[in-house]
Amino acid sequence: MQAAVGPQFECETGNYHTFCPISCVAWLYQKIEDSFFLVIGTKTCGYFLQNAMGVMIFAEPRYAMAELEEGDISAKLNPFEELKGLCEQVKRDRNPSVIVWIGTCTTEIIKMDLEGIATQVEGALGVPIVVARANGLDYAFTQGEDQVLAAMARRCPAGVASEEEKKERGGLKTLLTFTKKEEKPKPVHPPLVLFGSLIDPVVNQLTLELQKQGVTVSGWLPAPRFGELPVITPETYVVGVNPFLARTASVLGRTMRSKLISAPFPIGPDGTRAWIEAICRDLGVQPKGLEEREQKIWSTLAEDVAFLKGKTVFFMGDNLLEISLARFLIRCGMKVQEIGIPYLDRRYQGAEIDLLTQTCEMMGHESVKIVEKPDNYYQLQRIKELKPDLVITGMAHANPLEARGVNTKWSVEFTFSQIHGFTNSHDILRLVRKPLDRNNALRTLGWEKLIQEV
Amino acid sequence: MKLAYWMYAGPAHIGTLRIASSFKNVQAIMHAPLGDDYFNVMRSMLEREREFTPVTTSVVDRKVLGRGSQDKVVDNIVRKDKEDTPDLIILTPTCTSSILQEDLTNFVARAQLSSDAAVMLADVNHYRVNELQAADRTLAQVISFYLDKMETLPERTAQPSVNILGSTTLGFHNDHDIKELRKLFEDLGIAVNVVAPKGCSIAELKNLSKAWFNVAPYREIGPLAAQYLQERCGQPYIDITPMGVVETARFVRRIQQILSEQGHTVDYEPYIKHQTFEVSQMAWFSRSIDCQNLQGKRVVVFGDTTHAAAMTKILAREMNVTVVFCGTFCKYDEEWLKKEVSEYCEQVVATDDHALIGNMIAKAEPAAIFGTQMERHIGKRLNIPCGVISSPIHIQNFPVGYRPFLGYEGTNHIADLVYNSFTLGMEDHMLEVFSGHDTKEVITKALTADTDLEWDMASTKELGKVPGFVRSKVKRNTEKFAREQKFSKITLEVMYAAKEAAGA
Repeated sequence: MQAAVGPQFECETGNYHTFCPISCVAWLYQKIEDSFFLVIGTKTCGYFLQNAMGVMIFAEPRYAMAELEEGDISAKLNPFEELKGLCEQVKRDRNPSVIVWIGTCTTEIIKMDLEGIATQVEGALGVPIVVARANGLDYAFTQGEDQVLAAMARRCPAGVASEEEKKERGGLKTLLTFTKKEEKPKPVHPPLVLFGSLIDPVVNQLTLELQKQGVTVSGWLPAPRFGELPVITPETYVVGVNPFLARTASVLGRTMRSKLISAPFPIGPDGTRAWIEAICRDLGVQPKGLEEREQKIWSTLAEDVAFLKGKTVFFMGDNLLEISLARFLIRCGMKVQEIGIPYLDRRYQGAEIDLLTQTCEMMGHESVKIVEKPDNYYQLQRIKELKPDLVITGMAHANPLEARGVNTKWSVEFTFSQIHGFTNSHDILRLVRKPLDRNNALRTLGWEKLIQEV
Repeated sequence: MKLAYWMYAGPAHIGTLRIASSFKNVQAIMHAPLGDDYFNVMRSMLEREREFTPVTTSVVDRKVLGRGSQDKVVDNIVRKDKEDTPDLIILTPTCTSSILQEDLTNFVARAQLSSDAAVMLADVNHYRVNELQAADRTLAQVISFYLDKMETLPERTAQPSVNILGSTTLGFHNDHDIKELRKLFEDLGIAVNVVAPKGCSIAELKNLSKAWFNVAPYREIGPLAAQYLQERCGQPYIDITPMGVVETARFVRRIQQILSEQGHTVDYEPYIKHQTFEVSQMAWFSRSIDCQNLQGKRVVVFGDTTHAAAMTKILAREMNVTVVFCGTFCKYDEEWLKKEVSEYCEQVVATDDHALIGNMIAKAEPAAIFGTQMERHIGKRLNIPCGVISSPIHIQNFPVGYRPFLGYEGTNHIADLVYNSFTLGMEDHMLEVFSGHDTKEVITKALTADTDLEWDMASTKELGKVPGFVRSKVKRNTEKFAREQKFSKITLEVMYAAKEAAGA
């Protein structure tokens, strides 16, 4: 066995395809039920959202564009007056508890002082306004959520909130839905807050998983309602559930002074176990039965693992989940040829990279190549050469690769599927297997390559 | 600033990219931030394209903001020239480059020095034109880019020939329309000289002047190129859309006239008659009892100008249906639409506000809608059937089967589309009158298994969150697991354990 199997890091040109980070409104407006997202940008932003959100756009979403016109760009119009007008309209029509402004490339370039204007509009309207700069100049795809959560983290109450305060933060709506909850028994460990937006079933699953260890989750960022943002004090421990939340982690740690638990992410049974163990370690709780729990999940995955063993996979990189997914797939016996990733925060993902290194060692996998800011053109050359069994990539490349006889899985599906915790491990493998099974089924038909190659 | 939820036409650069990606061996380089290359996804998904979309981004990031992007843009153009050896590279500005105000013209000139490919800058302004206007301009610009430079233009062909202008990627049923037009011209004994831009190479463009005349079947994309060619090559052009029996006949008669003006006498009347009676079923359809039932039904039409105008004429003139209003989102072309359809409908509207259209539809209570995907969803909400006749569209509007809207086969497809929209509505109505399927209860009873298991509050709520189409499967699997494991009550934990065990 080789001695050092840590990953090799490379950085390319950054010429790659990914979603614009404003796409985070698509899942965040659904997660935060009393929010309204206002994207301050141009037709280009609107066109992207409208097409990327597909049929959701017809369901009267709680999001809209504040579409900038020529007068806004040339500063003929006063941005405060304009935004105040639009937000008054939103308040009248939808009465949200919070309006989230998403700053875009354009607001960056014309240097619109969104944070400053927000304070004024908030004062005038009495509705909290959270500003997140989720633009394509600085960020990729899922990092949009990081920007929003980082901005929300600053709004978390720093002490135990009185009911009065809660009402204030929640606006009128909380009054209507307010019911007094029964007092929970005080946990034996310091308070723990989880951050990262997951759909409710997965939130329940992870919460239950920790409960089995005697760990109580005191709150989530984001909460389903803005008025229920968790309390963050210097005694609070926080842990991320997703690899793209580096900035949120840093705001929670540095600005809000909470204690950040460094852990791999709960993706795959191996990741989930390591995640729970890291939480238990920091909270001073003795984990129990985790090894058996992990083994039991692996036994349900046996058939898929046997199928995937030895197959090669290439991540082109676009959503920052890549390292965690690759680590899990290596543990399943797959060979990872390249991990493309938009951006890698080595501190925040430190524990995940360590687990990747250990996994490689354990599985006898050679050192993994991690390519930051990849160049899609060069990657396509490498794919041609390496002939991977599966390429995980965006929709821009999927069909052309399939036409060339290369199996592909659309990477965005990993962002929108349930992939966290023990319970959903199988879903990940099902996503990975799907194209391989389909193309196996069609193999005998004799039309693997459907283009004329020069 | 304005509040916007939905837009009918995309931003300008989409139009330029549609033209660039339509040509063979032409590359577009967008001057844009990360994530603005969503066009590639749309092309690859909607058109199920096998080739890589020839669009790359010269990424504008923080560094570029500080230093300017000149070297980067020039490097990216030169690099693309080496990698893919295209004939032409079109530098495409976006909303971002509009405000950066960099000297893109100069970058193009510099890149040209080190590229074998020709390099040009698309002349479109994000804040002034939309997708369709930009596409129209870019097509004319590409053509003039080459033809302006040519000292002598090739002579026209010995036998009658035609250019077809305005076919593009992501165009509504474009490929089928072009195939149908080719067939029409073949029937008329007219050679198709060049079809541009879809599938056209740069070398072919230089032969445009050989054709006797041009057709620009779509009002939105093509007319500017046709006008340019009229000036540059003296070619007359036809801007009639051959959609519907009457308009197709008018289109053919206009061809006859143009040919005779150029000294070539033909009589297409027997052809028109034969096609109308034998090939198209539309004429017979409007006479048949089926169509009699449609008489006086009220409909609304909304779409781009080409399709909205043609559909309105077909519905009113050929099927005797009442068009309450005919609308378009091409606000800049309202006058033309009024001129075309005022006599065929009660009202003409030009707006890009889908909420206004939604309200107008709700007020009109039509029996059917012919519109875009947005109107289809408005129809869904109001329980009114809708036939999709125009972009913006979804993947189901890129059928693999042959579905032209133009020409004689197009009339058949339209007849089906119209009739099916109406009968669906009728069927629904009849069901309501006779209070639904009387078998409904029997079926649903058989599908839900009676259960002795108790679901607690949390698990019931959780089950409610499972998407409808798999809910009963999840329920069955969970209960099966619970019975096997001898649980009498289903809690969240039992639910998750069932999922883990089933691996499903």
